[in-house]
Amino acid sequence: MEPVRTVEGRAIPFGRKNIDTDVIIPAHWLKTISREGLGKGAFETIRTDPDNIFDSAEFAGSPILVAGDNFGCGSSREHAAWALLDLGIKAVIAPSFSDIFSGNAFKNGILTVVLPQEQVDRLLEVARTEPVTIDLETQTVTTPFQDRFSFEIDPFRKHCLLEGLDEVGLTLARDAQIAAYEARASTDMPWFAKGTALKDTGIPA
Amino acid sequence: MASKPTTLYEKIWNAHVVERRDDGTCLIYIDRHLVHEVTSPQAFEALRMSGRTVRRPELTLAVPDHNLPTTARLDAAGHRLPIADKESAQQLAALEQNAPQFGIRYIGATDREQGIVHVVGPEQGFSLPGATIVCGDSHTACHGGVGALAFGIGTSEVEHVLATQTLLLKQSKAMEVKVTGALGPGVTAKDLILHIIGVIGTAGGTGHVIEFRGPAFEAMSIESRLTVCNMAIEGGARAGLIAPDETTISYIKGRPYAPKGADWDKAVEWWRTLRTDAGATFDKSVTIDAATVEPTVTWGTSPEDTAPIGGTVPAPESFADPSKQEAARASLAYMGLEPGQKLSEVEVQNVFIGSCTNSRIEDLRAAAAVLKGRTKAANVKWAIVVPGSGLVKAQAEAEGLDKVFIAAGLEWREPGCSACLGMNPDKVPAGERCASTSNRNFVGRQGPGSRTHLVSPAMAAAAAVTGRLTDVRELVG
Ligand code: SF4
Repeated sequence: MEPVRTVEGRAIPFGRKNIDTDVIIPAHWLKTISREGLGKGAFETIRTDPDNIFDSAEFAGSPILVAGDNFGCGSSREHAAWALLDLGIKAVIAPSFSDIFSGNAFKNGILTVVLPQEQVDRLLEVARTEPVTIDLETQTVTTPFQDRFSFEIDPFRKHCLLEGLDEVGLTLARDAQIAAYEARASTDMPWFAKGTALKDTGIPA
Repeated sequence: MASKPTTLYEKIWNAHVVERRDDGTCLIYIDRHLVHEVTSPQAFEALRMSGRTVRRPELTLAVPDHNLPTTARLDAAGHRLPIADKESAQQLAALEQNAPQFGIRYIGATDREQGIVHVVGPEQGFSLPGATIVCGDSHTACHGGVGALAFGIGTSEVEHVLATQTLLLKQSKAMEVKVTGALGPGVTAKDLILHIIGVIGTAGGTGHVIEFRGPAFEAMSIESRLTVCNMAIEGGARAGLIAPDETTISYIKGRPYAPKGADWDKAVEWWRTLRTDAGATFDKSVTIDAATVEPTVTWGTSPEDTAPIGGTVPAPESFADPSKQEAARASLAYMGLEPGQKLSEVEVQNVFIGSCTNSRIEDLRAAAAVLKGRTKAANVKWAIVVPGSGLVKAQAEAEGLDKVFIAAGLEWREPGCSACLGMNPDKVPAGERCASTSNRNFVGRQGPGSRTHLVSPAMAAAAAVTGRLTDVRELVG
C-alpha cells in the first residue's frame, strides 16, 4: 500500500448524514470481480441529479470527502471503500463513521478523520472554494484561513498508514509465530490440520 | 486444578491464540475457511497482484451458492447450461478458476455436494466442534451449531486468512441466552430464535458472542442448532455457540472430512471438555422461558420485528423508544400493514422454503409433513422449495419429499441461496409478500420492493396451504 502522510487538495463538501454503503455503492455493483472501476457506481443514486457535486468539474478527482454523521453505516461491503478509492478519494472527514466502514477504509489505505460537527461545518464552508490539508503525522486538518483542527487516531492505524503497511504484510512478518502455533496444534489438535486433504472424494482439488 | 472457570467461547479462543499483543488484540489461528463466489474474487485478485500464495490451501473449501440459478444446471445431454446473468457468470467462473489455481478444493455447480456454504460445511464434516471457522458471509455464525466459533469476515480478511491462516481480532464479550423449559408442540428452533431476537433486539448481542444454553438447545438436533446459531448475527452478535455434546459427536462421526482413527478419539476427548465451566461469568445474560414461545412471524423490516402468529401488527406508538416508533412507521408503510391487523389474516403471494437458516433435511421434512395431501392456495402465485445442498436434495428425493412438494403445487429446485437475497433469478416481485424461511426481512432483500415475513419451514408450508400467515397448529396438531 502507498504510505499516507498528508492528503492535500480540494475536498468535496458533501456533508450529508447517515450515508449508508448502499448509497456509496449500490448493491448491483457487488457482482464485480475486481476492486477497480467501482468509481463509476459510486454515489450512483445521487449522481442521477445532473447538478450533483461528484460530477462537478470543480471537484473532479478531489482527494478528500467531507461527510456527515454516521458515514458508511449499513451493510459491511468493502466495495464502498474501493468505490471511494476509485473516485480518487484518499481521506474522508466526518463527525462519525460506522466501525465497519472505517475498518474497511483503513485496510484500503483511506484515512478517516473524525472531527466535531462545528469543525466539519466549517470545513464544509471553506471547501467550497479552498483546498484542505490533512497531516497525519501531526494529526491536524488545516485550511488556508488558518483553521487548525486536531484529530485522534488509533496509534497502530497511524503507524500502518504512515509506513504504507498492509495488514497481510504485517502478519506475514509473524511467520515464525504462526509456524510455532501450527507445530503445537499439530500435536494437540492434529485433526484440524488435515482439512480437505482428509477426503478422497473425486472432487477435483 | 484451580484454574479460573471459563466460558466455552474463551476456551475455543484461548486454544487458537497465536500471539497476544499488549493492547489485547490477538492473532487467532483459523482452522476452517469457506469461500463462495461473491466475496472472494477481489481477495484472490489481491493475492495475485502481490505475488502471495495461500498458506494452507487444505483448510479452505470453495463452493458457489449465492449467484447460482436454482433451475436445472445440465441439459438433457448432460452439458452445463449457461448462466444468463453475465456478471453472475463471471463471478462463478472466477471462483472456478481461482480455487484450483491456489490449490483449494472446489465443489462445482454440478457436483452432488454443492450447496449453500453454511449447509455444506457441517454436512461434509468440514465444520468441527471447537474449530475457528470464517467465511466472507455474515451468516457464518451458523456453524456455532456444531460448537465451532464461527463468524463472517470482509474481503480484506478473506485475503488475510488465505495468505496467513490467521486473523487479528479483539476478543468479544461473552453473552448467555439461557432458555429454560421445553418448546411446545409445533414450536420450532426458528420460532425460538425469532422470539429471542424479538426480546434482545438486533443490537442485543452487539460486541458479544452468544452462547445458547439450556435444555431446549440440548434437546435439539444439530440441524435445529444450526438454525439458531445462523441468526445470532441478526441479534447483533459476532457469533452464536452451542456446546458440543453427544448429539454433536454422533452427527460429525463418519462425515467425509471428519477426523478418523486415533485423531477421532483424541478429538472426541477434547470436544467433551468444551463447555462453560460452572462458576464462569458472562458479561450479559438473558433468560427466556421456552413455554412462552409461540410459532413466531415477523411483521416489519427488521428481524426484531417479531410477534406470535396469534397476535396483531403493533402500533408504532406502542414502542417506548422514539427512534423505534419511527422505524416501525417506516416498516409498516413498506410492508403495507395496518396497526391492529391480525397477523393470521395477512395474505401471502409467495412462499420460499430454503436458505442456510432452513434448508436442511429436517426442515424439508417439517414442511412436507404439513403439505402432504394438501395443495397450495390459489392466491399463492409462486412457491419454491430449495434444498440446501445436493445431498439434502438426494436425501429428500429418497424419502419422496419432492413428490409431496410437487403434488402440493410447489416447485422443487436445485440447491443455492435462491430467494434469500435478490442476487440470482429467484426474486419476490415488488409489493408482494413472501412467507420465507430465510433470515433477513430487510427492505428489498428478496428483490426490490419485496415484503418478507420470516417464518419456520412448517409455518411457510402452512402459509402455502391457506394463502395467508397461519398457525401451523391449526393444520396439524
Ligand atoms: S442463504 Fe442467504 S443468508 Fe445464507 S449464505 Fe446464502 S444469501 Fe447468505
